[in-house]
Amino acid sequence: MYVYDQYDQRIIDERVAQFRDQTQRYLAGKITDEQFLPLRLQNGLYIQRLAPMMRIAVPYGLLNSKQLRKLAYITRHYDKGYAHVSTRQNIQLNWPLLEEVPDILAELAEVQMHAVQTSGNCIRNTTTDQFAGVARDELEDPRPWCEIIRQWSTFHPEFAFLPRKFKIAVCATEEDRAAIHAHDIGVELVPNAAGEIGFKVLAGGGLGRTPVIGSVVSEWIEKKHLLTFLEAILRVYNQHGRRDNKFKARIKILVKAMGIEAFREAVAKEWALVKDGPSTLTDEEIARAKSFFTDPAYEPFDDAASSAALAEQAAADPIFGNWIKRNTVQHRVPGYQAVTISLKLTGHAPGDITDRQLELLADLADQFSFGEIRTTHQQNMVLADVRQQDLYALWQQLQAAGLATANIGYLTDIICCPGGDYCSLANAKSIPVAEAIQSRFDDLDYVYDLGPLELNISGCMNACGHHHIGHIGILGVDKKGEEFYQVSLGGSQAKDASLGKILGPSFKQEDMPEVMEKIINTYVDLRGEEETFLETYRRVGIDPFKERVYAKAD
Amino acid sequence: MPRLIKNGEVVTDERWQAPDAEAEQAAPGAIATLAQWQTLADKSGSAVQLEPGDGVEALLPHLNELALVAVNFPVFTDGRGFSYARELRQRGYTGELRAVGAFIRDQLHYLSRVGFDAFQMLDEAELENALASLGDFTEHYQAAIDQPLPLFRRRA
Ligand code: HEM
Ligand code: SF4
Repeated sequence: MYVYDQYDQRIIDERVAQFRDQTQRYLAGKITDEQFLPLRLQNGLYIQRLAPMMRIAVPYGLLNSKQLRKLAYITRHYDKGYAHVSTRQNIQLNWPLLEEVPDILAELAEVQMHAVQTSGNCIRNTTTDQFAGVARDELEDPRPWCEIIRQWSTFHPEFAFLPRKFKIAVCATEEDRAAIHAHDIGVELVPNAAGEIGFKVLAGGGLGRTPVIGSVVSEWIEKKHLLTFLEAILRVYNQHGRRDNKFKARIKILVKAMGIEAFREAVAKEWALVKDGPSTLTDEEIARAKSFFTDPAYEPFDDAASSAALAEQAAADPIFGNWIKRNTVQHRVPGYQAVTISLKLTGHAPGDITDRQLELLADLADQFSFGEIRTTHQQNMVLADVRQQDLYALWQQLQAAGLATANIGYLTDIICCPGGDYCSLANAKSIPVAEAIQSRFDDLDYVYDLGPLELNISGCMNACGHHHIGHIGILGVDKKGEEFYQVSLGGSQAKDASLGKILGPSFKQEDMPEVMEKIINTYVDLRGEEETFLETYRRVGIDPFKERVYAKAD
Repeated sequence: MPRLIKNGEVVTDERWQAPDAEAEQAAPGAIATLAQWQTLADKSGSAVQLEPGDGVEALLPHLNELALVAVNFPVFTDGRGFSYARELRQRGYTGELRAVGAFIRDQLHYLSRVGFDAFQMLDEAELENALASLGDFTEHYQAAIDQPLPLFRRRA
């Protein structure tokens, strides 16, 4: 994992001092609300329905145990003892006090953390695959590139007042686990015809009110040009992105308006100005970034023997065996496995985690996974480097703490925004809908039988819960002051990214479990052998679902 | 006469007056709007003010002749001027580059990084206080006009 040197630390410390001063001036009435707004946003602070909401950056989802303990401490001392994992791998607090935010930032800086540019119209936290570095299907570890982008984008003086927020994601696998098509810029490590690995760069993806899948700006650029190419895209966007209408200000609108050809030309023109200049990456810098993401001290294991021993344990304790099957994935190193810890226990807001659980996970990370843990954009956590022989002991401890729900990738592993319970922009609540659906589908065997199914819920069209790219998406809408829910089907965040199609008129909250059941039953009736929900939907289209859901009761 | 920050101190500008967009031609001593400036036959020693949306394109053939480029920030959240400034510097403009308008002191540091060397704030009373914000950070990751080498080329 990346470790700060004196430069990184100084930059972050100076940021804390700067924001402390800004907050004092604000509290003393020397800065207006309007002026303070972008300053606090770029330090992660929203003012929300009940209290400020603070978003802490977790660069590309990577945390160490020391940081987890600090987060636990912060939630206990400055908040109400729990935190929330966001769909962009960050951590959110729902109840901090404005006056105390500078102190929280100072606490974070002690463990090389911050809330820099976690909101506001600037370049946000760069995200990636939660299995980066351990995935079998990976071309190369994307995290050094994320760190290079993090440093470049941190306090970038030219791009701190963009038309709108700007999100970058990086992936290095065929199966895109970072939703790069739904980002303002998506970067994918790919080989060119000669086999040299470089970057394919997409731009103009995004969700929100006008969901768009990103377009290719360049099929391949040499690695050393990454930053200058990003600068060129941002320069075009900063100058030409719309500023007259906040809902048309994202780069996706600009790319559509210009057309991808003209956009590419504009980028090429800006790129010519900076290409091969000082921001061109050096071999030394690339090597330095990579040096932080080398293999931990893996022990040699005999693959067959280790797997066989695990299979035996799994057979002896079927509940454990089931968890292994649902929540762990293969590791590229024999004898190891990556474990996803579900934060989707029915009855708890999806993605919420308590201070005690954070501390437990810190201990478990130390004990079982080289002291590191990851957050996922599906609002779960991952211990990426667990020895197969330790899985049983790990599982027992997770189970005792309510962290062993075996539902990763299934219907009840719901992605859900905070919605009307916390968010002042909400049209409708989202957490109770998630809970009602989890409760309705409480038979896990049935849920497994349904196969991989992503259900995403947002409380308004800002789409924090990524409803457009859920296989099933639920969107809170306002119908004459009442909370209603619109359902869409067929979205996907994977390589074959697609946007969901609206099923029809929206529903009342209490009807949602019933509606879900009808959708699911339609799938079960129509599915072919081994066919997933998404495959069935793509084969049969939306009509059979529509007919079933809106059929008049006789 | 406007007061502004230049070379790290508050000074009074005795030379240039704000543009008058109503006038057909810029009066002598007044900064020209882009439209007025474009009609000037002789651009040597001239001063022009860019508004958001103007772009820098029209200025590029005349960078050596210009004495002053002012970039207006009618609202502080419109960041187009940051790109204008940096691009002008990257393309070789060496004259005075002045930020004018509603920008706030907390932006001074970024403004100076992208190449502005003069700051004329709407709120003149803030100028003395604002000086402190110029030095909010003593180290930076990325290359900019004040520090052409990114940190990765300088890390010890
Ligand atoms: C509770 C306070 C929150 C507020 C006020 C808020 C506000 C917003 C707004 C206004 C947008 C739309 C931006 C646009 O279309 O340009 C947005 C998008 C987004 N939010 Fe939130 N949000 C909140 C919480 C969250 C949480 C908890 C998450 C994660 C679970 C989240 C994740 C996202 C994501 C991923 C997007 C991007 C969708 C896209 O790509 O357009 N937000 N948020
Ligand atoms: S989707 Fe809407 S309701 Fe949900 S957190 Fe985002 S802004 Fe709030």
